[in-house]
Amino acid sequence: MSGAESQPKHGLSRAATRKRKRLYIVLAGMTMLGIAVALVLTAFQDNIVFFYTPSDLAEKQVGPEQRVRLGGLVEDGSVRKIDDGVTTQFVITDYIDTVDVSYTGILPDLFREGQGVIAEGRMLPDGSLQATEVLAKHDENYMPKEVAEKIKESGRWQEDGSGG
Amino acid sequence: MMHRFANPTRFMRVANAILPWCAGLTVLFLAAGLYLGLFRSPADYQQGETVRIMYIHVPSAYMAMFIYAAMAVSSAMALIWKHPLADMIARASAPIGACFTFVTLLTGSLWGQPMWGTWWVWDARLTSVLILFFVYIGYIALVNAFDDPARGAKPAAILALVGAVNLPIIKFSVDWWNTLHQPASVVTMEGPKIDPAMLWPLAFMAVGFNLYYISVGILRLRGEIAAARIRNLQLGLTHG
Repeated sequence: MSGAESQPKHGLSRAATRKRKRLYIVLAGMTMLGIAVALVLTAFQDNIVFFYTPSDLAEKQVGPEQRVRLGGLVEDGSVRKIDDGVTTQFVITDYIDTVDVSYTGILPDLFREGQGVIAEGRMLPDGSLQATEVLAKHDENYMPKEVAEKIKESGRWQEDGSGG
Repeated sequence: MMHRFANPTRFMRVANAILPWCAGLTVLFLAAGLYLGLFRSPADYQQGETVRIMYIHVPSAYMAMFIYAAMAVSSAMALIWKHPLADMIARASAPIGACFTFVTLLTGSLWGQPMWGTWWVWDARLTSVLILFFVYIGYIALVNAFDDPARGAKPAAILALVGAVNLPIIKFSVDWWNTLHQPASVVTMEGPKIDPAMLWPLAFMAVGFNLYYISVGILRLRGEIAAARIRNLQLGLTHG
C-alpha cells in the first residue's frame, strides 16, 4: 500500500483487496481440484495400472479364463521354442513370483531373456498364461553399444527389477 | 516491472525487436540439433537407429507441457490481475501447444510400433497425454465460441487452470502406475540417464523448439493485438 499517498486510500485498498480475494479463490480452487483428482486416481488405482506383476497376480487370486495383462522380466534361460516353430514358452518373473507364459506368434524385436515384457492373454487352470499379445518394454537408459559393453565388462551393470 | 510490460504496445515494441533474433536462432539450433541427432549421435545399444525418433519426440513432449504450463500461469494472471496481455498470451499459445502435443503422440506411435510392438495402448502416460491434447482442443474451441472474445476470456482461463491438474499426472504417471512407457530419462532424481553423446543433440532440439515457440508466439500475439484493435474500432464505428 506504499505510494498510495496521491490516491484516495480507500479506492486503492478496495482494488487490492479484490485482487487478493481473486488470488485466494484461484488458489483454493486449484487445491480442492487437486485433492479431488488425487482421491479419484487413488480410488481407481487398480484400473489405471496397465499390467499386474506376477506377485500382484498371486495376491489377487486371478481365476482361470480371466483375461489379464502380466508384466515383468523374461527369466534367464526360460525361453523355449515348441516344435511347431511358432509357439514360444517362457517365464515372466518379478524376482518374487513367476508365471509360465505360452505365446503363438511373432515376438517384438526387443524380446529376449532379461528384457521387460508385457503379455496379455487368458489364465489357464494350471496357473499359466496363454498370451495373445506380447509387448516389449525398454528401460529409461540410452547409450551407445560400446558404452553398454564397457559397463557390463566393469561389472557395474544393473538390471532393473521392476521390468522397466 | 510486471505492470510495465502488461501494456500491449510497450510489450510488442520489445517483442518485435527480439523476433528476428529468435527466428534466426531457431533455424540455427534446429539445424544443429537435427544434424547432430540424425548423423553424428550413436545408435542405441538396445533400440539401434530407431532411437533417433527421440530427438523429435522428447522435445515435443517437453514443449507440449511447457506451453500448457505457460498458458495456465497466464490464465491465472489474467483471472487475478486482469492483465489483458496475459489473456492474449494464453490464447496465442494454445494452437502451438496443441501442435506439439500432436507431434508427440504421432512420433510416439511411430516409435512404439517397432520397439514395443504396438501403435497405441491405454496406459497412464499415453492416455494422460491424449487428454492434454483434448484439453488444448477444448480450450481453442471455447475461446473461439464467443462472438465477443472478451466474454470468452474468463471461462477459457478457468478451463486452462482446471486442465493444469493433468501436468503432474503426465509427469509422474510412469512412477505412480505400471505403464508400458518407460520411466523418465532426462529429468530424474539421479540425473539424466541418457549418454552425453545423445543428450547434447536433445538439448539443441529442446532449445530450438523453445525459440520456435517464442517466435511463432510473438507472431500470433501480433495477430491477437491487431484483432483486438480492429474490434475496438468497429465498436467505435457502430456506437460513435
